Amino acid sequence: MEKQLTIKEKKSLVIKFVGDSGDGMQLAGNLFSDTAAVLGNDLFTFPDYPAEIRAPHNTLAGVSGFQVQIGKEKIFSSGDLCDILVAMNPASLKTNLKWIRPGGMIITDSDAFNEKALEKSGYQSNPLTDGSLDVYKLIKAPVSSLTRESVSHLNVSARAADRCRNMFALGIVTYILNQSKETTFKFLDRKFGSVVTVLEMNKTAMSAGYTFAENIENLEFTYKVPKATLKKGVYRNISGNVATAWGLLAASERSGRPLFLGSYPITPATEILMELTKNKSLGAKVFQAEDEIAGICSALGASFAGSLAVTTTSGPGLSLKSEAIGLAVMTELPLVIVNVQRAGPSTGMPTKSEQSDLLQALYGRNGACPVIVMAASTPANCFYYAYEAAKISMEHMTPLILLTDGYLGNGSELFRIPKVSELPDISPPLARANDKNYKPYKRNPETLARQWALPGTEGLRHRIGGLEKTDIDGTVSTDPQNHQIMVKIREEKVKKVAESIPLQKVEGEKTGDLLVVSWGGTEGSIKTAIREMQRVGKSISHAHFNHIMPLPRNTGKILGSYKKVVVCELNEGQFIKYLRIEHPGIKYLQYNKIQGLPFFTDELIDKFNQLIEEDQS
Amino acid sequence: MINNRISPSEISLTKKDFMSDQMVKWCPGCGAHAILKAVENVFPEIGYKKENFMFVSGIGCSSRFPYYLNTYGIHGIHGRAAAIATGVKVSNPGLSVWIATGDGDSMAIGGNHFIHVIRRNLDVNILLFNNRIYGLTKGQYSPTTPIGSITKTSPHGTIEHPFVTAGLVMGAQGTFFARVLDSDIKMMSEVMSEAARHDGTSVVEILQNCIIFADKAHSLVTDRELKEDYQVHLKHGEPMLYGKNREKGIQLKGTKLQGVVVGLNGVEMEDILIHDQYEKNPGIHRMLGKMEPPDLPMALGVIRSAEYETYDDMVEIQVESAKETSEIKCMDDLLNSEETFEIK
Repeated sequence: MEKQLTIKEKKSLVIKFVGDSGDGMQLAGNLFSDTAAVLGNDLFTFPDYPAEIRAPHNTLAGVSGFQVQIGKEKIFSSGDLCDILVAMNPASLKTNLKWIRPGGMIITDSDAFNEKALEKSGYQSNPLTDGSLDVYKLIKAPVSSLTRESVSHLNVSARAADRCRNMFALGIVTYILNQSKETTFKFLDRKFGSVVTVLEMNKTAMSAGYTFAENIENLEFTYKVPKATLKKGVYRNISGNVATAWGLLAASERSGRPLFLGSYPITPATEILMELTKNKSLGAKVFQAEDEIAGICSALGASFAGSLAVTTTSGPGLSLKSEAIGLAVMTELPLVIVNVQRAGPSTGMPTKSEQSDLLQALYGRNGACPVIVMAASTPANCFYYAYEAAKISMEHMTPLILLTDGYLGNGSELFRIPKVSELPDISPPLARANDKNYKPYKRNPETLARQWALPGTEGLRHRIGGLEKTDIDGTVSTDPQNHQIMVKIREEKVKKVAESIPLQKVEGEKTGDLLVVSWGGTEGSIKTAIREMQRVGKSISHAHFNHIMPLPRNTGKILGSYKKVVVCELNEGQFIKYLRIEHPGIKYLQYNKIQGLPFFTDELIDKFNQLIEEDQS
Repeated sequence: MINNRISPSEISLTKKDFMSDQMVKWCPGCGAHAILKAVENVFPEIGYKKENFMFVSGIGCSSRFPYYLNTYGIHGIHGRAAAIATGVKVSNPGLSVWIATGDGDSMAIGGNHFIHVIRRNLDVNILLFNNRIYGLTKGQYSPTTPIGSITKTSPHGTIEHPFVTAGLVMGAQGTFFARVLDSDIKMMSEVMSEAARHDGTSVVEILQNCIIFADKAHSLVTDRELKEDYQVHLKHGEPMLYGKNREKGIQLKGTKLQGVVVGLNGVEMEDILIHDQYEKNPGIHRMLGKMEPPDLPMALGVIRSAEYETYDDMVEIQVESAKETSEIKCMDDLLNSEETFEIK
């Protein structure tokens, strides 16, 4: 007989899968998310894994996690604290207990809480039995033994059976969230379809987990997150790194300039390189270089030869590329440099996110060396900002740094699929064959962009390089006046980009008590906090910047319209330094977090309330 | 079969088609002037359209080269010419790409790019001006400066073992290596033609004299009195003979090359090695590349020219095959591929 359980409807719900590095938590998380997406929820995911590929078994260092927030409304982040924590071993429970909401649900593999594993993770007593988890709804599932039992008829080794523990756990979650197993099975068919036994094992283990959950005695209720009311259209789940790669491919198609990527593997940017190598059928040429410098130098060569040239990297790689960025500035060639930021300095925390490369992007080169700087702010909008980056760089014949970060790159959300024909036109200023008037540094007076004369074209042979050149003719020159003119032109050319980018938007009132300023990957968490405060009538507005160098034309006006301006960043205060230079005379306040973690809604709300209240007292 | 995708010229070209209007600013007497002359001689004869030539350089005296020739050109940054050229050639395999570089540019700061471009066998031609010194910074030792040399940064003599360019190139799996003297424009021109015809990375090491900071650095090989005994000019299919009356030859004895005199100690003409530059096994080529006076003559001419697939050709083949076989023909296909769902 089936039990009738209460179903709790939730507007949104955060679930986190954690376990040992080899426990398949990323797969379980991805399958759960894809299923939720197909069933109509909005979502935002974030994988959280250690830098080590396989740290020692059952240790705190080896814990790998995958967090996802699903919702019936638009979701802007992967959430702060989770409602459901799936912990496959003691170490993962220990490191993640601080991320669970009071009273939340914990699903564990009770078989994994043996003496040895408890000791390795530093537990003095078994948390499943010592009462320390009494404030949570604890589900102790003998996942290991039941998984083995469920697949015993398939005559597989215990080791192989253990690889399906993640599916057993997913089965429990599927039942508790009232999701359909069959939807997940379709994904399993696609993933393991060619290996019948593996497919069968995974499905069997998942079904066993589902059945186990149906029979949990003390389960009081299950959850349901209703379908989201999203704008009509076709959607897919996409990570920031894949969206970046696709935005560049789309720009290549629309501009008619073939894509060339020169890149060297580096966490957390490698996925862009891997994604583009898959897309040779769209004409993308991908060169895995011998180092970061060769990555950018090859891209610069490809740019000279007429490609939409891109190099992708993370912080330390950007440092190595600095000199070549200078060459791109001097030769006035288009080049998109994508920096998926991570926590620095030096090797820092490669798998953790931070916004601390902003000043390097703006100023980190020898000489006066201005480049255009932009920042994407959600996994899905990486597509549009990568597209726009390529457009601006080519149309203005200037290198451009696009900043994303590990949180955006690895995180994913639903992406409403656009039609490529509806994206803005891209018109690179190509020089015409045999143009008698062609000069290497003759410029379009509106943009100051020079023309792009591709090798192989008749009548346009010319030389450029890192030595200072005369304006217009482009011959080598050390003339003092000419150098001053050229330095000014290069600066002016970047400033003029402000005329072709959109005005800065503000969410909320146009004047008021508090303006929150942010940029890049923090948009989701800050927007969530601000919407909550606006809902209860607070006078708070939000300006989130995606265009950084140059800033939108109306930036000064916006910043001057509020009693207080607070700049929130995941660094020690870099954008605020830049704003003080570009828009002095405003009393900026700042709120910073440098922990390799995103902002949490609660801490933001506390801070903003405090700032508003100080004002009133 | 390796595809060469560079379009030929429909009209015949002359030296004038490539001469630049810029003032050449190398020191009077510098070997680089002769290299420029040789290139001006060779380019019209190669037969490609003049717009299809492209020169890339790094930094150093050698690297001013692109400014002195009327082709497309980039004067890059120190050591990175090979990396820049890689992007040029992969982006447009229809270009004949040439690199002008030096011993410091390619074997010190740019060593990494140098060995990797060679390993990949990208179809580019590298003119390596080896003057065994840093000239543009006024006389510091380079990776090819002989051990013990007194320079501005080695007042007590260098304590570094120099690279032998041929050894480095063939160690990096080079498919083409030639060595010439800057004083021999004829051989330089012939070798550059061969380099242009070779599909893959061609390295032409030019023993160049820096008259200011390392004058006579190659004098053991170039000296009028000694050169007959200290140079062997290699020609494919011909015996490796040298000496005033071509009475000497190179013989393989055991695992070593030896200089012998034909007719002496029972050595006969058939004992002398016949040069096979197209041999894929690099064993003999490596030994030839390492020969040095006074024990053996220095090998000049094309030492190795072996046929291997080129990187740029394989890139094209993969792209063409993906275009034919993939279901994803345009960006809209990719955006809508795999798992999508519709909200109505």
